[in-house]
Amino acid sequence: MPITTLQIVFLAISAFTILCGFGVVTSRNLFHAALWLVGAFAGVSALYFMLEAEFLFIAQVLIYIGAIATLIVFAIMLSRGMMMGRTVMRNYQWGISAIVSALLFVLLVFVLFQINWPVVQGAVSPNAIADIGEAFVTTYVVPFEVVSILLLVALVGAIMIARER
Amino acid sequence: MPPLNWYLIVAAALFCLGLYGALSRRNAIAVLMGVELILNAVNINLIAFGRYIQPKQVTGQVFAIFVLAVAAAEAAVGLALIIAIYRTRDTVNLEDIDLLKG
Repeated sequence: MPITTLQIVFLAISAFTILCGFGVVTSRNLFHAALWLVGAFAGVSALYFMLEAEFLFIAQVLIYIGAIATLIVFAIMLSRGMMMGRTVMRNYQWGISAIVSALLFVLLVFVLFQINWPVVQGAVSPNAIADIGEAFVTTYVVPFEVVSILLLVALVGAIMIARER
Repeated sequence: MPPLNWYLIVAAALFCLGLYGALSRRNAIAVLMGVELILNAVNINLIAFGRYIQPKQVTGQVFAIFVLAVAAAEAAVGLALIIAIYRTRDTVNLEDIDLLKG
C-alpha cells in the first residue's frame, strides 16, 4: 500500500517521541533527561492531535509540559547538589531491566499483530469536547467526583509532606 | 490515516522505555520520569482505541483524562516525597534510601 502524507507525519512524530524517550532514560545528566521528557510530552501531544483528540492535546500541553515537567525541573534544582557530580545514573540491575523491557516490547508487538481489532471507519463526533463535558456530568459523574477529591487530597498531602518542619 | 497497530507499537515502545527507566535509574526523580512515560503510553493506547474502535463516542478520551488527573496527583505527591527525603537524608539515590529494610 502507498504511504500517505499523514502516515509520514505520524512516522516522523513517533520517531521524535521515541528518540526523546530514549533520551529520558539514558541521559547521564538529570537536567537533560528532564528536557528530553518535555520533548517526549510534546511528541505525545502531537499524536493526540493526530488522533483528533483536541481537548487531550491542549490538556497534555498544559498539564504535562506546563505543570509536571516544570515540577520535575523544580525538584531537580532543589536537590541539585546530589545530581551533578555523579556520572553513574544506572543501578546494578540495569542490564536485566533492559533485557526484560526489550522482551516485553517484542511480546507486546507479537501479541498486537495476532489480534484482529474491530476497527470502525468513521469520523469523530463533531463536538467531541462538549460530549466529553457531558459524559463527565452524566455517565462518569461518580468517578469524576472521586478523581477531584483524589486530586485535592493529593495536593494538600504534597504540601504537608514537603513543607519545612 | 495510520493503522491502529502503528499507534499501539509506538505506545508499547514508550511503555517499555519508561519501564526500563523506572527499573534502572538510581535517582528517584529519574524513576518518576520513567513512570510519567509509562502513563503517557497508556494514554496513547486509550485514545487510539477510542478513536479507531468507537469513533462516535468519547469514552477513551474520558478515561485518558482520568489517567491524566491521577498522573498529576502522583507527580505532586512523588516529588513532595523526594523533597522530604532529600531534606532528612540528604540524598535522592534510591540505593541509599533503605529505611524500611530489615
